[in-house]
Amino acid sequence: MLNTKEVEFNYDNQMFFKFQNIDLNSNENLLIIGDSGVGKTTLMHLLAGLLKSNSGSIKLFDKELNQMSSYQLDSFRKNNIGIVFQRPHFVNSLTVKENLQLAQYIANKNDNTRIESILKNLNIFDKSNKKTNQLSQGEKQRVSIALAIVNSPKLILADEPTSSLDDNNCSKVIKLLKKQATDFGAQLIVITHDSRLKKHFKKSIEL
Amino acid sequence: MNIFKLSIKNIFNKPLSSSISLALLVLGVGIISLLLQLNTLIKDQMDNNLRGIDMVVGAKGSPLQLILSSVYHIDSPTGNISLAEAETISNNRMVGSSIKILYGDNYKGFRIVGAERKFVELYKGVIKEGKDWDNPYEVLVGSKVYEKLKINLGDELISSHGLRETGQSHDEGTFKVVGLLKPSNSVIDQLIITSPESVWDIHETHDHDEHENEHEHEHEHEHEDEDKDDNREITAMLIKFKSPMNIIQFPRQINENTNLQAAVPSYEISRLFKLFGFGIETLSYLAYLIIIVSGFSLFINLFNSMRERKYEMALIRTLGASRFQLSTMIIFESLILTISGFILGLLFSRFGVMFVSSLMEESINYNLKSLKILNEEYWLLGLSILIGIVSSLIPAIQVYKMNISKILADA
Repeated sequence: MLNTKEVEFNYDNQMFFKFQNIDLNSNENLLIIGDSGVGKTTLMHLLAGLLKSNSGSIKLFDKELNQMSSYQLDSFRKNNIGIVFQRPHFVNSLTVKENLQLAQYIANKNDNTRIESILKNLNIFDKSNKKTNQLSQGEKQRVSIALAIVNSPKLILADEPTSSLDDNNCSKVIKLLKKQATDFGAQLIVITHDSRLKKHFKKSIEL
Repeated sequence: MNIFKLSIKNIFNKPLSSSISLALLVLGVGIISLLLQLNTLIKDQMDNNLRGIDMVVGAKGSPLQLILSSVYHIDSPTGNISLAEAETISNNRMVGSSIKILYGDNYKGFRIVGAERKFVELYKGVIKEGKDWDNPYEVLVGSKVYEKLKINLGDELISSHGLRETGQSHDEGTFKVVGLLKPSNSVIDQLIITSPESVWDIHETHDHDEHENEHEHEHEHEHEDEDKDDNREITAMLIKFKSPMNIIQFPRQINENTNLQAAVPSYEISRLFKLFGFGIETLSYLAYLIIIVSGFSLFINLFNSMRERKYEMALIRTLGASRFQLSTMIIFESLILTISGFILGLLFSRFGVMFVSSLMEESINYNLKSLKILNEEYWLLGLSILIGIVSSLIPAIQVYKMNISKILADA
């Protein structure tokens, strides 16, 4: 389902990254682990189609990302990929529910029952009509997971979802992510420097 | 949820900075629209009351004053002229028709005009209740007068001398209301109209002292002796020519060869508007400046809010929105503000018109109505849209070019 070969990337000829090849089958989750500065975020952006590699090939769901135009990548992303960011980002002028509705609108969907079931599943249904800046840190993280899965992606990419959490919450969040991925039929790739996550994944690679 | 709704939510999320740009635009558009409306309404009102009067003959003085007093009934008359001299002019072969009018009294600030019956016909006055005057001291009352003073048919009005409320009152000057006129949207709405005889009759006793004042004029009269058997006077005469060509020649003849004054209303009014025009122009430049400033303020707002919102823009992009959709959102935000600024500006100007109208009605019994949208206001709409697009262009382009990966990596 994901195959990368000889992927290279450099920022303005200054930083140069060469990534090891990745092969991931359907129904597998993956942990990508590495220290700061090895290009974790760069790799995630490459996989999400937010960046294009200078050379090599990234094949995701049988599509070659490097051959797509920026517009095709936007469209591919909204249909296939959900992203959970290290720090949750929201549209501040909207409520929790409206944020999810916006995500659906962008993907040409409109399904309030799905929004309700996701929020219930994440135990934040009572926050539906709250503005996102009124939420606690933990609630924000849940909403950002909701945003990532609202359009039923086939792949969830999570960037450092646990780095700022204590052990207890760390294991809660990663279990939650895995549960959501299974519940809604998506694969999960987590990119992190947090070695505590190793025990939660069967498959992992080190950068 | 859609991009348009998102734009609206974004505007309401920043009420303070949005409302500053909005207020500036409302002010700019409002002032220009108010000036346009007032200019047009006053011009319309003036043209409407012109009623094809080609020339006004009255006593020497300011031609504008003569027009304002005898056509628009808002200034004091220049003086009186002898009836005999007026007759000479009205018998001239160039004159198509003429209407003699004379002032003398007022009733609670509303002018009582002695006029020939043609005067009411000129303004298409229609009697709503009662009948036309038959005898001296019978009057027709204009719609604004009876509405404001609650005058009914058969009432008796005791007039005061002069054109302002504080004149000496004639004990003998009691007018009887025999007819009420329908609103005609012209000057007769604010007049009380009677036969010339009534006014002559009432002033016979006052004529002596008035003549003393006018003695300087009197001794210049060439035909004074001939007038002696008829020393009746009128205030002005409204004249229509047989041919429009006469408008050039005839007034000059009168002004040069007689001691009467002839004034051409259309000329005087356009002169008046030229004087107005200067002030209006200056004020509208100021208003355009305000609109431009509002554009800048809009630009700065969008620019700042884009910086603040760069993470949420990046988020929207990662959710799969295209660059184009995000840029559209920015342009929408700007356009929603400028178009609502335009609409509020028009409302502002309409309230302004109502306010000015109420002021005018109090002071000179004129009022202005009509809330229709002028062609120039469609231009203002165009201008508002242009301001909206131009001020959002740079922010929109920046959003379009935004490097989401870099923004997210910096977080």
